[in-house]
Amino acid sequence: MQSTNFLTEVGLNHYLILSALLFVTGMTGVLLKRNIIVMLMSIELMLNAVNISFVAFSKYLNNVDGQIMVFFVMTIAAAEAAVGLAIAVTIFKRFKEINIKFFEHLRG
Amino acid sequence: MLLSTILFLPLIFALIVLIWPQDKTIRHVAFGLSIVEFIISLIVLKDFDASSAQLQMIEKHMWIERFGIQYFLGVDGISLWLVLLTTFLTPIIILASWNSIDTKIKGFHAAMFVLQTAMLGTFLAIDAIFFYVFWELSLIPMYFIVGIWGGARRIYATIKFFIFTMIGSVLMLVAIIYLMYLTQQASGHMSASLLEFYKVKIPFVGGSILNLQSLLFFAFSLAFAIKVPVWPVHTWLPDAHVEAPTPGSVILAGVMLKMGTYCFLRWVIPLFPDAAEYWAWLFLSLGVIGIIYGALVAMIQPDIKKLVAYSSVSHMGYIIVGMFVFNHFGITGSLYQMLNHGVSTGALFLLIGMIYERTHSREISKYGGLAGVLPIFTIFFFIITLSSIAVPMTNGFIGEFLILLGLHKAQPVYVYFAVTGVVLGAAYMLWMFKRVFFGEKGELVKDEKHPLKDLSVREIAVLVPLVVLVFWMGLFPNHFLDLTKSSVNHLVTNKNKYYLEIKE
Amino acid sequence: MDHSLLMAILLLSPLVGFLINGIRYKNPTANLSGGIATAAVAISFISSLILVADLIGMPAEARKIHVSFFQWMAVDSFKINAAFYIDQISAIMILVITGVGSLIHLFSIGYMHHDKGVTKYFAYLNLFVFNMLILVLGDSLLTMFVGWEGVGLCSYLLIGFWFSDKEKAAAGMKAFITNRVGDAAFLLGMFVLFATFGTLNIQEMNALAPTTAEASWLGAITLGTLFLFIGATGKSAQIPLYVWLPDAMAGPTPVSALIHAATMVTAGVYMIVRLNPLFIVAPNTMMVIAIIGALTAVFAASIGITQWDIKKVLAYSTVSQLGYMFLAVGVGAFGAGMFHLMTHAFFKALMFLGSGSVIHAMHEEQDIRKMGGLKKYMPITHMTFFFGWVAIIGIPPFAGFFSKDEILWMSFHSPLGSPALWVLGAIGAAMTAFYMTRLMCLTFWGKSRVPKSVHPHESPTLMTIPLIVLGILSVVGGWVGIPEVIGHSLGDIPNLLEHWLHPVIKPIPNLTEAEHSMEWMLMGVSVSLATISAFIAYHFYVKSPETPEKIANSIKPLYNLISKKYLVDELYFGTIINPLINGSKRLWMFIDVNFIDKITYVISDLVRGGGGVVRALQTGNLQQYAMLIGIGIVIALSIIIMR
Repeated sequence: MQSTNFLTEVGLNHYLILSALLFVTGMTGVLLKRNIIVMLMSIELMLNAVNISFVAFSKYLNNVDGQIMVFFVMTIAAAEAAVGLAIAVTIFKRFKEINIKFFEHLRG
Repeated sequence: MLLSTILFLPLIFALIVLIWPQDKTIRHVAFGLSIVEFIISLIVLKDFDASSAQLQMIEKHMWIERFGIQYFLGVDGISLWLVLLTTFLTPIIILASWNSIDTKIKGFHAAMFVLQTAMLGTFLAIDAIFFYVFWELSLIPMYFIVGIWGGARRIYATIKFFIFTMIGSVLMLVAIIYLMYLTQQASGHMSASLLEFYKVKIPFVGGSILNLQSLLFFAFSLAFAIKVPVWPVHTWLPDAHVEAPTPGSVILAGVMLKMGTYCFLRWVIPLFPDAAEYWAWLFLSLGVIGIIYGALVAMIQPDIKKLVAYSSVSHMGYIIVGMFVFNHFGITGSLYQMLNHGVSTGALFLLIGMIYERTHSREISKYGGLAGVLPIFTIFFFIITLSSIAVPMTNGFIGEFLILLGLHKAQPVYVYFAVTGVVLGAAYMLWMFKRVFFGEKGELVKDEKHPLKDLSVREIAVLVPLVVLVFWMGLFPNHFLDLTKSSVNHLVTNKNKYYLEIKE
Repeated sequence: MDHSLLMAILLLSPLVGFLINGIRYKNPTANLSGGIATAAVAISFISSLILVADLIGMPAEARKIHVSFFQWMAVDSFKINAAFYIDQISAIMILVITGVGSLIHLFSIGYMHHDKGVTKYFAYLNLFVFNMLILVLGDSLLTMFVGWEGVGLCSYLLIGFWFSDKEKAAAGMKAFITNRVGDAAFLLGMFVLFATFGTLNIQEMNALAPTTAEASWLGAITLGTLFLFIGATGKSAQIPLYVWLPDAMAGPTPVSALIHAATMVTAGVYMIVRLNPLFIVAPNTMMVIAIIGALTAVFAASIGITQWDIKKVLAYSTVSQLGYMFLAVGVGAFGAGMFHLMTHAFFKALMFLGSGSVIHAMHEEQDIRKMGGLKKYMPITHMTFFFGWVAIIGIPPFAGFFSKDEILWMSFHSPLGSPALWVLGAIGAAMTAFYMTRLMCLTFWGKSRVPKSVHPHESPTLMTIPLIVLGILSVVGGWVGIPEVIGHSLGDIPNLLEHWLHPVIKPIPNLTEAEHSMEWMLMGVSVSLATISAFIAYHFYVKSPETPEKIANSIKPLYNLISKKYLVDELYFGTIINPLINGSKRLWMFIDVNFIDKITYVISDLVRGGGGVVRALQTGNLQQYAMLIGIGIVIALSIIIMR
């Protein structure tokens, strides 16, 4: 791929870079944010970053499998969001706290 | 089907006990069921062909085909009496625990029956993995019996017991898997059958421990030596015995220790004949040290149960010595001594349990003059003491004599040390007997307001079968030896190219 | 009657007696229990009489009754039958055991009349007779060993009969354990002989015994017989294992008579005589036996001089007399050993029963300083004891004279003997005469020192009958073995015993013709030595009772040493038993508690410590986990890509 086209033509690379940026943003949120809600949102972001790559590859390779996979990911993301938020709400109800720092019960 | 019935009936019994609705009658049910088991096991005795050294009454089904693991049961002259010992001791133990176990009765009897299956499986299984399952299974009920119904330091004792035995068995598992791999190398298909193992020629080089046969030999031996227990890996035994409830001690001394010695005869010696012969000096020395050390240490124990536990170390030393001389006398004597020890040490623990129920103490120094207060108890205790110190006409003498005779025939030097065990054995038992039964009445005995009661009918019923066996085995050893003769012969004559045929 | 039936009756009758009395052990009826027990032994005595009569009826070379009941055990080439045989040697033994045994049972009825445990006592006594019969009749060493341990067991039970007394219980234990030391050696002896001959059958071994003597100390036969002899030193109370016998006097007195004088303690001598073809080809063993025997004879006699307990004196006397028997068999005079065994059984059983009678009369007092002048209260006991006394000190023509004299003569004359052994024997004989006379004087003669509260009386008839019978036997018992030198001069009186035993006793190799003049001379010397020392003792203890004390004071250290039994017990305790017990404690603390368990603790601590290190990673912080996962993926991917 020629560098002259990079600014004028939108190709696979653009999608992949976008995907990577979104993924890293999401991951940073998961790793650094203390708020459970924000962490859940960040996870959504990561999942959607992956979705972008899937769709991009699917188009590039003329293979529909990637797009099918996106539907699965979206379903799982929805389910995950539902369960995750339910847990978050329960935790908040119970401990009056959504900061993850206070949940270190797995400490060895 | 007979062996499968014997093997799995106790498991079904365990279930019956668990779902039995009435708490009051559980003991009666359990006792009745264990008697049924014993009677069924007598059929094995009846159908056993004494003239044959082959594996009899076999049952063989494929279990896990890919690895050649089979459901494979069989009995021969070496395992026969141990199977009967197990089924014989269980009803006695259940009867003896009538009053001493008063919490979680259901669980106790269920554990007892599971343990029985595990022990029988160890003696009957001919497939290595199948055997290993039972070998490990036996740990679990024992763990609970000591851990739940045991004494004050029971957790310490159970963990020690568990870890000691576990270390050995893990190495053995590795060795078994390696042997399975070797069968694949040799014959093209993997098999865990012991009979296939026997056919494998395992390379052996003398002079070093780093050769295949020696390594496998030690992997197996360590597992069994810990179970026996051979000096110096014996220290779990006194703790386990002291903390275990009476029934636990009896089953531990009576049968579980024999699992170790039996496996030496069934697995180690025939599988690794060269290594066994080469390293015999080591086991003879450890055995002899065990005899003397066990006796010396038993002598100074302040606790009766610990004394008997160390005497077990001494007695098991004899058995180890007998096996590693590889001649008729030694091996026959070892087999016989296994039964003797089961009967006499089992009975000793029962007796100690009976007196413990009355006084709640096992401190020797607190006793004294019991003979004047409990004459029937004293008579039983004395007879069992005689059996334990191997006085002629009791069972102990036959085993001890044959072992020492065999040892002298093979390795005369060791006999001169081993024979001190004869003296020391009498010393620690009689000294204990004197301090507990003779002399002035001790602090636990002299309480005039609450005189100790002599044995009840139930307790006498527990002891009589054992005493009968003591004299029967002492006066007519041939009744027992005749059934093991051909198997021992086969083992001694074909030691270096051992094989077992299947009797159809 | 059928021999096997008779043999079964002979053996089982005491066992049946034991079982009957054992079952009714709580019953305090002395007459019934004693009656059962005595009848049981008497039945044995009758059947042994019939058997011995049959034996006499057989031609001399074929005298043997062999009965096999069942095969006891069979492992490979090792086969032992529950088989028993009577030959010339065991015939003497069964007659002594059941005969003297019956008398002692009878005596016990009177002696134990008031004891609560009388039925138990008779049960034990019967069990003892049963085991003793197995010992003497067993046709293999192993069967003999069954009886050998069995009698030790009964001895244990009877010594500790009054078990609530700590000392008595301890004495029983000491007897058993000391015997066990011997028994362990006996086992070794059996192993060595089995390895040599491939059998433990006594007759087969005797037949297989080589004809030439074995010179090496480590030869199989020498080793085997030496071990057997160590076994015998245990059972027959010889140096160094004699220590249990004096303590064994804690048991009831008739027990001392039966077990610790007449029968069990002679088992060692009997065993050697029964195996004489083996022992005679092991000259080294024979030398050891003779030396130990002679030393024990003198050693024990010297202790006997200083004892004040009537039973202890008799006990040391027994040890000393057993020494004579071993001296006899050690110089190859097996017949003389058996002869002395028999006469000793008569006169020592008599003296023990007599002492029992005295103790009974004195209300359990055993100290001879509190006796004296009992002659007038107890005429029958005194008379019979007198016969025992003259028999043991060797005054002709009483029983002990003939047997002891033959032993002394053979110890001088036999090629296996030596003048030194004779000297020891003669010194022992003089000492025997001294302490026995001392006992006689202090108990029966002289002034009465009986406390006012005690009123001695003659014992009941039941007790005096056995005394009288044994008294007669102590007089005439020696006449069956009148030595050739005396018999010849008195007009061809045959030595019956020697003829009887001749077929089963191997002759001493290189035995020369006896010189009669020498034999007469030595006989004269030993008899006059005995007589003189008896007179000295009489003078000391009756005429001038203050002299012995003066002498004792003048050699105070020596006297103390001897009266404390040469401190042998203390020596054993100090050098063997206490170090063993303390050592075991230390061993246990060191090896079990501080070493093996420590190792296991170290291993478990290592595992736990390792866990502690890794544990730090497990913070419980979810984000940290996620971070680690991320880093892990990055590292893994970069490794894959870089490759």
